[in-house]
Amino acid sequence: MRPLHRLLALMLFSFSGLTAFAQPTFPENGIADPRTGYYAFTHATLVQHSNSTIQNATLVVRDGKIVVVGTGLPVPVGAVEIDCTNKFIYPSFVDLYADYGMPTQQNTGRGGFNFAQPAQLETATKGPFGWNQAIRPEVNAYASFSVNESQAKSLREAGFGTVLTHMKDGIARGTGALVTLATEKENLVMLKEKASAHYSFNKGTSTQSYPSSMMGSISLLRQTYLDADWYKNKPAAEGLNLSLKAFNETRSLPQVFEAGDKWNDLRADRIGDEFGVQYILKAGQNEYQRIREMKSTNATFILPLNFPLAQDVEDPNDARFVSLGDMKHWELAPTLAASFEKAGIPFCLTTADLKSVSQFAAAMKKSMEYGLSEKAAMDALTLNPVKALGVADLVGSLEAGKLANFLVMSGPMFQEKSTLLQNWVQGIKYTVKEDAGAVNGTYTLTVNGPAGSEQYTLEVKAGGVTSLYAKDTLQSKLTVDGKQIKLSYAPAAKRLRAPGAPGADTTRQAAGGFGGRGMPSGAEPLPVTATRLSGLVNGSSWNGTGTDSLGNPLSWTAVQVKSAEYKADSVKKKELPTLGDLTYPLLPFGWKEEDKPKQETILIKNATVWTNEKEGILQQSDVLIKNGKIAAVGKNLSDPTARVIDGTGKHVTAGIIDEHSHIAAVSINEGGQSVTSEVRIGDNLNPDDVNIYRQLSGGVTSSHILHGSANVIGGQTQLLKLRWGGNDEDLKFRGWPGQIKFALGENVKRSSSPLGNNRYPDTRMGVEQVLIDAFTRAKDYQRSWKEYEANKGKKGFTGSAPRRDLELDALVEILEKKRFITCHSYVQSEINGAMKVAEQMGYTVNTFTHILEGYKVADKMLKHGSFVSTFSDWWAYKMEVEDAIPYNAAIMQKVGLTVAINSDDAEMARRLNQEAAKIVKYGGVTEEEALKMVTLNPAKMLHVEDKVGSLKPGKDGDVVLWSDHPLSIYAKSLYTIVDGTVYFDRAKDEQMQKEIDAERLRLVRKMNGEKRSGAPTIPAQPSYQYMHTCSDHGHSHGLLVIDAEENY
Amino acid sequence: MKKILFAALIGLSYSLMAQETVLPAKAQTDPIYIINATIHTGNGTVIEKGTIRVEGGMIMAVGNDIPVPRSANIQVVDAAGKHVYPGLILPTSALGLVEISAVRATQDAREIGDFNPSVRSLVAYNSDSKVINTLRSNGILLANVVPQGNFVAGTSSVVQLDAWNWEDAAYQSDAGMHVYFPSLMPRPSGGRGGMGGFGGPQPGAGDPVKEGLDKIESFKQFLREAKAYHAMPVHEQTNLKFEAVKKLLNKQQKLYVHGNTVKQILAALDFAQEFGVDLVIVGGSESYQVADLLKKYNVSVILQQSHSLPTAEDDDVDQPYKTAAALQKAGVLFSISDDDSQTRGRNLAFNAGTAAAYGLSKEEALAAITLNAAKIMGVADRTGSIEVGKDANIVVSEGDILDMKSSNVTMALIQGRQIDLTDKHKLLNRRFEEKYEINKGKKGF
Repeated sequence: MRPLHRLLALMLFSFSGLTAFAQPTFPENGIADPRTGYYAFTHATLVQHSNSTIQNATLVVRDGKIVVVGTGLPVPVGAVEIDCTNKFIYPSFVDLYADYGMPTQQNTGRGGFNFAQPAQLETATKGPFGWNQAIRPEVNAYASFSVNESQAKSLREAGFGTVLTHMKDGIARGTGALVTLATEKENLVMLKEKASAHYSFNKGTSTQSYPSSMMGSISLLRQTYLDADWYKNKPAAEGLNLSLKAFNETRSLPQVFEAGDKWNDLRADRIGDEFGVQYILKAGQNEYQRIREMKSTNATFILPLNFPLAQDVEDPNDARFVSLGDMKHWELAPTLAASFEKAGIPFCLTTADLKSVSQFAAAMKKSMEYGLSEKAAMDALTLNPVKALGVADLVGSLEAGKLANFLVMSGPMFQEKSTLLQNWVQGIKYTVKEDAGAVNGTYTLTVNGPAGSEQYTLEVKAGGVTSLYAKDTLQSKLTVDGKQIKLSYAPAAKRLRAPGAPGADTTRQAAGGFGGRGMPSGAEPLPVTATRLSGLVNGSSWNGTGTDSLGNPLSWTAVQVKSAEYKADSVKKKELPTLGDLTYPLLPFGWKEEDKPKQETILIKNATVWTNEKEGILQQSDVLIKNGKIAAVGKNLSDPTARVIDGTGKHVTAGIIDEHSHIAAVSINEGGQSVTSEVRIGDNLNPDDVNIYRQLSGGVTSSHILHGSANVIGGQTQLLKLRWGGNDEDLKFRGWPGQIKFALGENVKRSSSPLGNNRYPDTRMGVEQVLIDAFTRAKDYQRSWKEYEANKGKKGFTGSAPRRDLELDALVEILEKKRFITCHSYVQSEINGAMKVAEQMGYTVNTFTHILEGYKVADKMLKHGSFVSTFSDWWAYKMEVEDAIPYNAAIMQKVGLTVAINSDDAEMARRLNQEAAKIVKYGGVTEEEALKMVTLNPAKMLHVEDKVGSLKPGKDGDVVLWSDHPLSIYAKSLYTIVDGTVYFDRAKDEQMQKEIDAERLRLVRKMNGEKRSGAPTIPAQPSYQYMHTCSDHGHSHGLLVIDAEENY
Repeated sequence: MKKILFAALIGLSYSLMAQETVLPAKAQTDPIYIINATIHTGNGTVIEKGTIRVEGGMIMAVGNDIPVPRSANIQVVDAAGKHVYPGLILPTSALGLVEISAVRATQDAREIGDFNPSVRSLVAYNSDSKVINTLRSNGILLANVVPQGNFVAGTSSVVQLDAWNWEDAAYQSDAGMHVYFPSLMPRPSGGRGGMGGFGGPQPGAGDPVKEGLDKIESFKQFLREAKAYHAMPVHEQTNLKFEAVKKLLNKQQKLYVHGNTVKQILAALDFAQEFGVDLVIVGGSESYQVADLLKKYNVSVILQQSHSLPTAEDDDVDQPYKTAAALQKAGVLFSISDDDSQTRGRNLAFNAGTAAAYGLSKEEALAAITLNAAKIMGVADRTGSIEVGKDANIVVSEGDILDMKSSNVTMALIQGRQIDLTDKHKLLNRRFEEKYEINKGKKGF
């Protein structure tokens, strides 16, 4: 800071400190100077809120509050009048998502699960707090808040007067404080010390391993709600838990959730629904893509305005790797606020996420260019936030009794030429910009010198244009810097003389400028002999002294003879920019609203039909699909309403079901603990995964999304139907009983960790013990609930409900046969061991997945009652698959097991029919049986064989039409149909390819245009995709795929 | 009397065998006649009901009118209804260098350091690897064993897959110098690791394109210095690294540049032009975009894996399957490889089959894993097709070898030697078929 600035800042601080407030308990160093800050702002155009504008308004403030607002009110005795003719007064803005005045955090936290990293299983927070470092409801923003002049200044310059600030750290983040942006003692600016409670899915600086996934964060928060409820009865065993205590105490406050993404908004809202909370949702950039779903939350949203910058895609080889989805998002992101307005969803706006608060005005402008109305913008910055927070009695509008937090502007808000002049906070004036227009007008300038008095006319116009003339126009330059004025002028020559002749001068008229605003006149420099005047502004009359061209002293006055008239901008209704279509999802191959596939009546004629039923393979037969179901299979079918597809020479099968997949999920592994049965893949589905579409192209209609293999008892799985274009709920397979992933062997022992493993278990011996321990706890838990349920109504029963434990709930479901296990397994010892534990504890291992040594214990699995799901020919990628053989599936099938072939891989899933064909090659099962391994058999192990897996009337219309024998490498899916809806159509796919190319070209050109127009760009960003796998094999997926659990 | 042997009935007794007793075959003694075969020669032609005469390890005759003498000292293989192919060639592989991918002690494919021109894959090739026989079972009889690396990785050698040791296995030693080009594209640092976008990836430090080009330039500089070094008749100090690139500079070795993007390919072209080396692009997932350029400069391509996802979200869903056809159309010499570490290369023929489903003819797809591979490797004078004068590297399959539905290799010759098609997997299969008495009641049990 330069010395002068430091001095000014100091002056400002102490000046306001003395005038506005004095705290009775704080001793004064010097002479007390109590003032009331009593002002009357007159003749203003005053906007109380978006629905009330008062012309010729008077606003009286005192002691930091508004005393009265009205038209033409008299100035009260004792108040200082501030004439606001031609000025506009607005309530200042409120930002609900600030971290103003909070200490900066070191982000030392862990990201997702990492096989290479040792675990931190316990919290590093000292004291009587909860078990998880990311649950910190005991943190109060007020306790670490300190007034920060530079942050306050930039927020005030953006028009804000009040902010809700909190520590943006953790999953439960504690309380936020409502503070004004006055730079006074903390005591005086804090309006509400506990104004809100904050949450997110991001564990922030927590170094603890759990949670290491989105679904883990969700589960942790859900369990915390349950624990906090349970803690209300002060269970002795828990002792003092200040985290749970604080969690309960802050439940009554407005609840703000940082979701930051369209799907996260829904995830947060569902937690809210479960526990009776309506969160205020802090959004991300992409909510416009799913505005219907956003509306369904009934939430008020806080929208950030950090729009992506155009990328530099001049180089076609760079542009190549920028995806259509990213380019479309760049184009459409500024419609975010407008889309909420259009949908009638209440929203606020925040400066959060902007690189710098100074970008706020430009982002607002852009939002309005993209359709946000002035009224909605105004409300989003004033009324909506205070309503959401329940502080409408304090700020947000200009009414008697509320805080004197208002903006003085040179013109109407949101107009191009309007300038924010002052931002008054709690009745204290903070100048944002000097009112350059204050000196505008026509003056009579009288200069008195040795030669007598001369008169000139001085015109100061908007934009700093000055002209000075007597009989002729003079060359002049006016500089206004606050109250100081400098004026130089020289006579302009009437005509051009010969060069070099005495008195040669320019004939061109020079325009003056406000040097103080850095506006050079643009004309050629005045001669050094110019007359120079200096003086001070004093309302409409100025005076001062000067020096003429010969060095003689001068004195002068300038008296305003005509004030400048305020002229509103000529408001041109701007055309909305032309934008590309929104598609669902906003990715290549996404559907336009009008193109979304619909359920049809479809009749496939004259094909080879693989029924998977006792009818076997039917030649030259028909399949009729109606109302989403298979209506009939046979010869000579007809339906007049049907779309008929000629199947001559082609094959029809049931849709392929992938028993083991990891697509379409945000996270897969919650490896933070060895038992995480509480987490649910279904909590974090990602409908924006292009692999959904790619797998449809390979004939897949259902995928079972498994938790990874990081731990012995992993999470609850999710069966999907690949309804591409739908939302996360649309993807779910309805009426499916539910499964859970278990894992054994190298991965749960973390064998690949170069630093060794510190998480129990480290051996297959320990794996058995983890299973026994978990189910022993589950049984005790089951019994305690049964006892409680049986006795709770009885007279004299004084016990309280056991603690609900989401982890054990899931295990009890297994014991009660409501949830089924799919168990990652490789070697025969661990397979055998898992079955023995199951038999001991009273459950069955429903499915062994991977099961590459299954052929060694096939008879035992048959006896146990398991299904098996394996790869066709993977082996030797790690020690435990050393004995994996491609004959595995055939042997198991011949022993009598129901065998599925799965992918565990987004690429191979597109060729599962070929993988099934390999079982014909290796082991010689029949072609019909081989096809069942990717259709009917997985349906059986998923307990949905009554709905899918074969072509039987009454089952779901999940059907594939193949170009060739379905087990042949030459076969391609021509149509992939889910519930009677065609989600993949090879002919349409070709058409979409062309549209993608055209849309890419349009957007590349648009970005290049943006660059050429001088807009800031960033270097081209290759659109990497994150992909999840079981993390135990390294199938390559191309240049732009990053393994989500890759070690860096 | 004519001694007719059906390949499937070469009654090898499993019960006494482990892979340790699967012996390399002895040199061919008697002439072999494969008759009544559908012969896919590898050069595009198909001979129906053809005969192949193999003698002294060489193909002596191929055609329809080849007389089969009546002699007790010949083997006649009736391949009626079967398909006969040249031995398949796996063009890039860590075969014999890596036994179990995740077990460090079994990894011998990647040496430390950026400049390893003197490193030779051949000396680490384990001819007793359990993986080898599983490849032979699917018709792969030759493989190019390639060192992996960070930059200049060393030389590859072509091996035949029936040998007592690496010296026996060597088919073409040290014929290719392998360089792994830097990616020449920015990559974010820090995974998002399943936290749903929070703390997402950060742009990596520095400019990877510039750094990559600098690195490539450093190899150029190295070669310039090596060239100057070789121009001097005597050296005070011997530089083994300079010595190691002599064959490359003399065009006795090809330069294999591992890279996928257009920028990498352009950088490689630039390289080849300066030093006049024969260039092979390995990987080449984006090669279809510059197919004409590759043709113009006679650059060949080894497509590393067709069974792959498209590079970009926007790409044709089937783009990797179609890339081969694009190169074929432009006239680029290319082969198809399979470097999948889960299946260890044995799906080579099916990667070619997929290319046939998406635009290649079946014979073109076959050439991509036989003759074209041999041409790229510089061994086409000895193998890659069923033509007179070449080594008798021959595979017999029940059906179309490109389609897993019908591919079933029943017999294979390497240099005329009829190799034992037993592998670890067949043995374990047999062991448990015995346990469960799976074939009980079946004919011949």
